Amino acid sequence: MECVFGLVGKDFALVVADSSAVHSILVHKSNEDKVMVLDSHKLMGASGEAGDRAQFTEFIQKNVSLYQFRNGIPLTTAAAANFTRGELATALRKSPYMVNIVLAGYDKETGPSLYFIDYIATLHKVDKAAFGYGAFFSLAMMDRHYRSDMSVEEAVDLVDKCILEIRSRLVVAPPNFVIKIVDKDGARTYAWRETVKETPMSA
Amino acid sequence: MKIDFSGLESSASFCDADSDLCGSFANTPSFQLPDTLDFDGFQKEAIQMVKPAKGTTTLAFIFKEGVIVAADSRASMGGYISSQSVKKIIEINPHMLGTMAGGAADCQFWHRNLGIKCRLHELANKRRISVTGASKLLANILYSYRGMGLSVGTMIAGWDEKGPGLYYVDSEGGRLKGNRFSVGSGSPYAYGVLDSGYRYDMTIEEAAELARRSIYHATFRDGASGGTASVYYVGPDGWKKLSGDDVGELHYKYYPVGPAVVEQEMAEVSGA
Repeated sequence: MECVFGLVGKDFALVVADSSAVHSILVHKSNEDKVMVLDSHKLMGASGEAGDRAQFTEFIQKNVSLYQFRNGIPLTTAAAANFTRGELATALRKSPYMVNIVLAGYDKETGPSLYFIDYIATLHKVDKAAFGYGAFFSLAMMDRHYRSDMSVEEAVDLVDKCILEIRSRLVVAPPNFVIKIVDKDGARTYAWRETVKETPMSA
Repeated sequence: MKIDFSGLESSASFCDADSDLCGSFANTPSFQLPDTLDFDGFQKEAIQMVKPAKGTTTLAFIFKEGVIVAADSRASMGGYISSQSVKKIIEINPHMLGTMAGGAADCQFWHRNLGIKCRLHELANKRRISVTGASKLLANILYSYRGMGLSVGTMIAGWDEKGPGLYYVDSEGGRLKGNRFSVGSGSPYAYGVLDSGYRYDMTIEEAAELARRSIYHATFRDGASGGTASVYYVGPDGWKKLSGDDVGELHYKYYPVGPAVVEQEMAEVSGA
């Protein structure tokens, strides 16, 4: 029941993911952050098996860091996407990583970009992408309302429409979502959409 | 029944048995397989037998004063209760506790292994390892054994420089940071009582009582949990065992039997 989706706007890209960590019928956590910040201008939203998701995205993040450390310049989004796909492909016939990834980035020369990478190492550069049962609802919503060159407000509005659809139509829909944005100013959390709040920790 | 290499023989027919290139194919050493009709099914069954369904209830939560860790003490093998006095809270070091759910041997061995690694970290770095670090060490080890039949559902609780810490780590490779967790077959029952009674600012006694009650309610409803409810507290000076009560005794405290309303009375029958 995990949902990850993303779309490209005028000069930014958004990645949205649900935030529930589930084991069979139990929800262990409803504020788990599944969109990893790879570096200053890249976001990687991942859904899939628990261990694989965290371990594989951290592995990619550390390798992206290492490249920048060694070479003094950061990887482009396309390079990072192809590296990720390569790792998935190499492991595929031995012990595959069961993770689906939406990778978004902003490069100074080429602007925002979004990549669809699934667990069998398919790679596509796209304008909108979605994984999970939520994809059935969010893809149709995005196909209907998406235009290229949307502003941040319009894009977040579309994301909210998708989240609303997922919440109302998907059985066992995840209650909380995180929205992250990447643009020329970097990759950061844009907002949380919560219906179930964790108990506040301060007295 | 020997493993069947006949599929390789078609390539061997293209070259002499003596040539260097294909000599090894003709004399492939073979090995014994178990005497079953369905080898793949047998393998699956073997893993299922070794992997018990985490029959237990353990819980841990962070609150104002630190971390409370609690667990039951029943070990079950299918329908047979093999022990009512299993120590499911494992002392990794004087400042960190781990809980056991899943395979007892797996949990005990890997927690002890973790304790060794934590001590080595202390000796190498001249300071105690953080809960984050300890849980990551365990999670990475378990991840590398993924798919090989380990069954571990554990929580690592401790107090380090950053204050109280709690992580859930399992044999599928998952690792979650959180404030409240319950693991095992009785965990849904425990979660209910724990979630409704939880407040961040409780005293240690209130928190221990909440933990004890949650374990008791889980043992009441879950057949695979029972024995004694142990409650530990982890504070800035390390862990301390607060109580270990038999859940049978707790039952009479929490669920007292009052005089029941008589529905029907047996009356004397007059005559023959």
